[in-house]
Amino acid sequence: MVADGNTPAPPERLWRNPEPKRNYDVVIVGAGGHGLATAYYLARNHGITDIAVVERGWLAGGNMARNTTIIRSNYLLDASAALYDHALRLWEELHEELDYEFHFSQRGVLNLAHTEQEVRDARRRAFANELNGVDAEWVTPDEISEICPILNTSNLRYPVLGATYQRRAGIAKHDLVAWGLARKCDEMGVDFIQNREVTGFVTDGDRVIGVRTDNGDIGAGRVGLAAAGRTTLLTDTLGIRLPLQSHPLQAMATEILEPVHPCVVMSNHVHVYTSQAHKGELVLGAGIDTHNGYTQRGSVHVIENQLAAAVELFPVFARAHLLRTWAGTVDVTPDASPIIGPTPYENLFVNCGWGTGGFKATPGAGWVFAHTLATGEPHPLNEPYGMERFTSGALIDEHGAAAVAH
Amino acid sequence: MLLVRCPWCGDRDEAEFRYGGQADVDYPADPHQLDDATWGEYLFVRANPSGSFDERWVHTAGCRRWFSVVRDTATNEMRPDIPRRRESR
Ligand SMILES: Cc1cc2nc3c(=O)[nH]c(=O)nc-3n(C[C@H](O)[C@H](O)[C@H](O)COP(=O)(O)OP(=O)(O)OC[C@H]3O[C@@H](n4cnc5c(N)ncnc54)[C@H](O)[C@@H]3O)c2cc1C
Ligand SMILES: [Zn+2]
Repeated sequence: MVADGNTPAPPERLWRNPEPKRNYDVVIVGAGGHGLATAYYLARNHGITDIAVVERGWLAGGNMARNTTIIRSNYLLDASAALYDHALRLWEELHEELDYEFHFSQRGVLNLAHTEQEVRDARRRAFANELNGVDAEWVTPDEISEICPILNTSNLRYPVLGATYQRRAGIAKHDLVAWGLARKCDEMGVDFIQNREVTGFVTDGDRVIGVRTDNGDIGAGRVGLAAAGRTTLLTDTLGIRLPLQSHPLQAMATEILEPVHPCVVMSNHVHVYTSQAHKGELVLGAGIDTHNGYTQRGSVHVIENQLAAAVELFPVFARAHLLRTWAGTVDVTPDASPIIGPTPYENLFVNCGWGTGGFKATPGAGWVFAHTLATGEPHPLNEPYGMERFTSGALIDEHGAAAVAH
Repeated sequence: MLLVRCPWCGDRDEAEFRYGGQADVDYPADPHQLDDATWGEYLFVRANPSGSFDERWVHTAGCRRWFSVVRDTATNEMRPDIPRRRESR
């Protein structure tokens, strides 16, 4: 595969569509980015290849196909910086390893500050990042204008007072990431079972020994949930109560334009984030719709607010035509951090609660979840992310650094 | 865009409201009796069904009153019937 800047033509076939066997060492629920990366690192790091990934729809058609593909690791707290930067380091080598070009583009991300308090918070985060070995800079409005000339910093109700800048951050072509992972997993013997919904579990006392599906049971030594917004529908069947709420999260894209937007820009305060896709569309997103729901459809006033903000920040956007809007179903925790670890049921493990920000974590999440599934114990990087933190109170409160409202 | 029925003002655009999450989550009668797990559950865990959900809204840009509705989270259909618990209030 050549990295010539153009999207390669997909090969004839990237994975088989086998009939499932009766039993697997590991069954993963959900063939999103996280399910795929988990299968990949189970095989690569732990030599476990007797794996089925069971997907209710089509491979990577959930939030993986719907996200705005922003990758960064400038999170405030130590636990988060470690996890997300581990993921970013893996992104930097993953395409070579998969021998599959997915256009990981480290074009930098600006997180704008529009109020004095935001300036203080943003600088604190940049300093915390530096202490954690995560690249981060504080940049002034003049420097911002050099990095991103189309951004209007001054004639605004909320002028841009500065920004944090992470140069290693960027975007990747999400579908290609999924296909590259799936192809490699398939080569290593992983079975992808599409169009089959997991409806519950086969249990023996308080052990999980398989999954129930809408087309028969599949036995499993261990089960890993990577079902994003639909996780609680499954854990509810066992009486496990997870602190998750599923919300619509929307995004949109314009027609294809010449390159005008050189980096990624996020604004928590006026609430929009933008980049330009490789193909040329301007891609825009904002926060969740406040109500919870599984409709994969959000409300128009959320779009109106973010478009108003986008056109103020980027006057040139006013001429672009909006072509598509869509939504995913994201699972949000009270502290805006994921839950990765064991459950009260033996052999059942969860990776969920990534909310609006889990794409950037894809390889890192797969790495630690594979470790957890292979050994039965959390990896040091996901040790703080167990569900017991909602009992102990040791929360990982990353609302400020999540950069979108949730 | 949801059309939310305020019991006092009638059908109004969602933009006039704020969302309040699950209805009928009462403050524990005797918080000192709760162990950490139960307290954590009270603070952090709410139902998250795909289907019928009793939930709270407040009409911030209207009469400013709180009320409950039943919404189907899989279709967004809102039922006008008043949730059970309101009658006892
Ligand atoms: C509009 C939008 C914008 C976003 N932007 C960003 C961004 O810029 N950067 C970022 O880092 N993150 C972003 N995210 C978040 C990111 O997409 C998610 O956190 C991430 O995709 C979650 O992990 P996943 O890939 O496993 O989820 P998914 O891709 O949703 O995978 C879960 C899979 O499980 C399947 N499944 C569910 N239940 C069952 C079942 N019972 N049986 C079988 N299969 C089942 C689903 O069909 C789905 O394919 C965004 C999300 C949305 C919706
Ligand atoms: Zn009213």
